[in-house]
Amino acid sequence: MKVSIVKYNAGNVQSVLFALERIGINAIVTDDKDLLTTSDKVIFPGVGEASSAMKYLKEKNLDEVILNLKQPVLGICLGMQLMCQYSEEGNTNCLGIFDNKIKIFRGDFKVPQIGWNTIYDLKTNLYQGIKENEYMYFVHSYYAEISEHTIAKTNYGLEYSSSLQKNNFYAAQFHPEKSSDAGQQLLENFIKL
Amino acid sequence: MITKRIIPCLDIKDGRTVKGINFENIKDAGDPVELAIKYAKQGADELVFLDITATNEKRKTLSELVTRIAKHINIPFTVGGGISSVEDVSILLNSGADKISVNTSAVKNPQLIKELANQFGSQCVVLAIDTKFEDNDWHVYLNGGRVKTDLKTIDWAKQAVALGAGELLLTSMNNDGTKDGYAIDITKQISEAVNVPVIASGGAGTMQHFKEIFENGKADAALAASVFHYKEIAIPELKKYLQENNLEIRI
Repeated sequence: MKVSIVKYNAGNVQSVLFALERIGINAIVTDDKDLLTTSDKVIFPGVGEASSAMKYLKEKNLDEVILNLKQPVLGICLGMQLMCQYSEEGNTNCLGIFDNKIKIFRGDFKVPQIGWNTIYDLKTNLYQGIKENEYMYFVHSYYAEISEHTIAKTNYGLEYSSSLQKNNFYAAQFHPEKSSDAGQQLLENFIKL
Repeated sequence: MITKRIIPCLDIKDGRTVKGINFENIKDAGDPVELAIKYAKQGADELVFLDITATNEKRKTLSELVTRIAKHINIPFTVGGGISSVEDVSILLNSGADKISVNTSAVKNPQLIKELANQFGSQCVVLAIDTKFEDNDWHVYLNGGRVKTDLKTIDWAKQAVALGAGELLLTSMNNDGTKDGYAIDITKQISEAVNVPVIASGGAGTMQHFKEIFENGKADAALAASVFHYKEIAIPELKKYLQENNLEIRI
């Protein structure tokens, strides 16, 4: 099993690497087109800001590489947002894999959302063995609206997509690598896809 | 619904967990990685590691410890103590820390908060404030509580959030180590004044203290050390109690 993590200017990939190690996977971190394209699984992590991340991906032609991946891909947090059509963060046109728009949380509640929240209406094998209303760890200020691609929902001031899927592309707004046993289950499920 | 968080804090000195009372009389409380694993398994929502003897020579030891922790636990953790530059933070985040906390260095150079938020994002910048009630107001203290400043806690909290702090960790020196309960008033004041999560710290002695700081102090998270280290409160029991009292808790 060859698992690659997309190397770019956003995110602390160390925790994703360690989480994979805990389930017996030694992943590589790379921005090399051939290595990414020939991997069995690709993880697109991300903690950071959308416009500078997109700019970097374009400079390195990683946008094209990611769009053309045929194997299962898992976007995490900012990675998921960059897989959508557009983000209000920095008024950024993103990869457009999912036609969702990314909006900022507005309302009388704390932003960013930091902490454990539930996921529900779970779909696809990514959530095999994960119970409805399981808690996952979230850290974000922007969210994806509900759409036909939604495979998990969460409520924080409003209901939004905490997970998306289209063809071989999967994504989670929360951090499975930091979400205790349930998060580990999700990573194991992804590796088995 | 987002949950209230229970956060065991591990004070680190020379690679060991220690606990003092009112920032003094330091006692050994075990191996940090072992404790971290235990707390994660018991249902801790997050962990905080504060290196209370952090100096430049110790930086490498700390980053190695951070990597050992990150390899072994699957919940988020914050590292603090003696962090004073973008470079320090970069090393700790690359070692596997999810967030870092700054305290004294941010008071001395508030722009540090802005630089860290710009470079790494507000989500990983926790501002720790040690506060003490004196002369009718809450004041900010530095250097582990040894140095008083002219800053009022509420003003500093607001300024830090405006600069980009993503969370506040508020320790009341009047309450720390007393086991008489958290400082409800100042926690509530700060929590209502800023739009980022507030972690209350200092004074936990009973399960009811946690309930009070969430309900009356409007804290988003509660941090404690000795009650967990010395097994006076078990995390599963605490979380069950809070859930039975209608607080949103991850079990």
